[in-house]
Amino acid sequence: MADERQVIEREQSQEIIAPGYTFGTITDQISAVVLTKHTPLFWMACFGVGIGLLMLLLWSIALLMTEGVGIWGIRAPVMWGFAITNFVWWIGIGHAGTLISAILLLLNQKWRNSINRFAEAMTLFAVACAGMFPLLHLGRPWLFYWLFPYPNSTGVQPQFRSPLVWDVFAVSTYATVSALFWYVGLMPDLATLRDRSQNPVARVIYGVMAMGWRGSARHWSVYETASLLLAGLATPLVLSVHTVVSFDFTIAIVPGWHSTFFPPYFVAGAIYSGFAMVLALAIPLRAVYGLQGLITDKHLENAAKVMLATGLIVGYAYVLETFTAWYSGDVFEGAAFWNRMTGPYSVNYWSLIAFNVVLPQGLWFKRIRTNPVTLFIWSIFVLIGMWLERYVIIVSSLAQDYLNSSWGEFHATRWDWATYLGTIGLFLFLFFLFIRLLPMISIFEVRTLLPQAKVEEEARR
Amino acid sequence: MTKPTHGLMAEFETPTSLVNAARAAREKGYRKLDAYSPFPIEELNDALHLHKNKLPLIVLAGGIVGAVTGYMLQYFVTVWYFPINIGGRPLHSWPSYIVITFEMTILFAALSAVLGLLALCGLPMPYHPVFNVPRFALASRNRFFLCIEASDPLFDHDATADFLRRLEPKEVSEVEN
Repeated sequence: MADERQVIEREQSQEIIAPGYTFGTITDQISAVVLTKHTPLFWMACFGVGIGLLMLLLWSIALLMTEGVGIWGIRAPVMWGFAITNFVWWIGIGHAGTLISAILLLLNQKWRNSINRFAEAMTLFAVACAGMFPLLHLGRPWLFYWLFPYPNSTGVQPQFRSPLVWDVFAVSTYATVSALFWYVGLMPDLATLRDRSQNPVARVIYGVMAMGWRGSARHWSVYETASLLLAGLATPLVLSVHTVVSFDFTIAIVPGWHSTFFPPYFVAGAIYSGFAMVLALAIPLRAVYGLQGLITDKHLENAAKVMLATGLIVGYAYVLETFTAWYSGDVFEGAAFWNRMTGPYSVNYWSLIAFNVVLPQGLWFKRIRTNPVTLFIWSIFVLIGMWLERYVIIVSSLAQDYLNSSWGEFHATRWDWATYLGTIGLFLFLFFLFIRLLPMISIFEVRTLLPQAKVEEEARR
Repeated sequence: MTKPTHGLMAEFETPTSLVNAARAAREKGYRKLDAYSPFPIEELNDALHLHKNKLPLIVLAGGIVGAVTGYMLQYFVTVWYFPINIGGRPLHSWPSYIVITFEMTILFAALSAVLGLLALCGLPMPYHPVFNVPRFALASRNRFFLCIEASDPLFDHDATADFLRRLEPKEVSEVEN
């Protein structure tokens, strides 16, 4: 009995990471990405693109501050346009990071250990990009603090019955908790970098950030409790954030928005696009840094399966919302969906169906799931599809609501695109800084995956 | 009187030998001891009797404070400080308070989890004597250490060193204060 179990355990751990690693080689390989003086050309290129687009973002923000939100294509009746589309898209992408770090931790999915760190970083930076849009969309972004309740001389307070105020609390809590969770996860690895760095300045910086972590058993014991508790807190949080985002729509009475299944539909869509982003980042990174032994094909395949499952939920939601629009007998609801499919945004609608529902069916085939190149292409499809989904929900519903006399169309301006591409630049900039300065794979958690990390039977007693 | 050393430290190569050594030291009667490892080892909690910590309680307290703060904040603003009468709807509209109350619960609980973790671990700690052992830098890489501290009543420099050597470590070194 005992022999049998050992065999099974060994096979499992081989599947998660490649055989032949030791505690030392894992540590060296992951920390070498950070501690080396050599910066790969790939990094330079991506970081360069990031900086370039970041400059574009700063330019468009400067213009927005001086000229106002009129530089975007938002005109009545479509006042949400790109800004809210991008907000929902980015925040959805963030959700996969929390799913991997919190929910898969609670479910004891060991394979998460080698992808959780950069997925959490992705969350943090995606939330940073998301948070910019509602603020820029305010019109006077410098007065953003009016969103929070604070003692003031105007005597005016936020309206707590509005989902837009809920969103402020949900997103700021999400950003804070994600940052805390990420930092707690980093602490032991910062200690590793402190101990391994040859550069005295780097050693001091990593040392300060590690706060004197020394791997004491007493600390580990509290640390494990803290990770579990944070995961337990982040799990309902991540589900609530996109639920609250969907409330921005469902609480309104606009046809095409006012439905009860938006929360689960939005959460599934968030995880769908988030896993697509995880794959789009992991596949090039592991190839450039030679991390195929740690982020194996098994990881990619698992992520692809999650993508397929959430994609099916999203597909089901599309079918259901169309069915409900017809079955409800509500003429406005029915007209909203008919306009979506045949009106001015029909091209967007049918492309989102193609990108989100039809193409991902390819993921049923193992050949697509296990080939990094096809998987990368597929994840880009999903990212585009999910962006289109939010665009169609927001723009088509606002453009054609109850009164024909108030119908209008949305046309994105070059500054809409510049701001959107700019946040992609901000994301790349932050993400590649992270890759260069912090370990992108959780070193201590990968150590626990090794077969030699298991304490042998006689010591357990 | 301050003791000249912080304690004695033994270095091991595998988690199994560290757990065995920690258990042996504990059985021998040593209480002021600590183990250092590059990753969490569940069995060490058993060996060193580290089962309980107060963190869950701290987080619970933080969560309750957050929930009460969130709810009271909204109640105060919407009912008392800035009441808005919309078609005669009740000012104390509790269903619309749920979301922010929930978010504040999570926020306060998570903040207290992290601050509680730091407090219970005594971090940030700019100086600790164990770092004086040169090979201790490997505790964050691939080596496992057991330190018996000099403040332990049973600590006797030579006897403890002998005891540690009998556990077949790679090396026993003195931890200067």
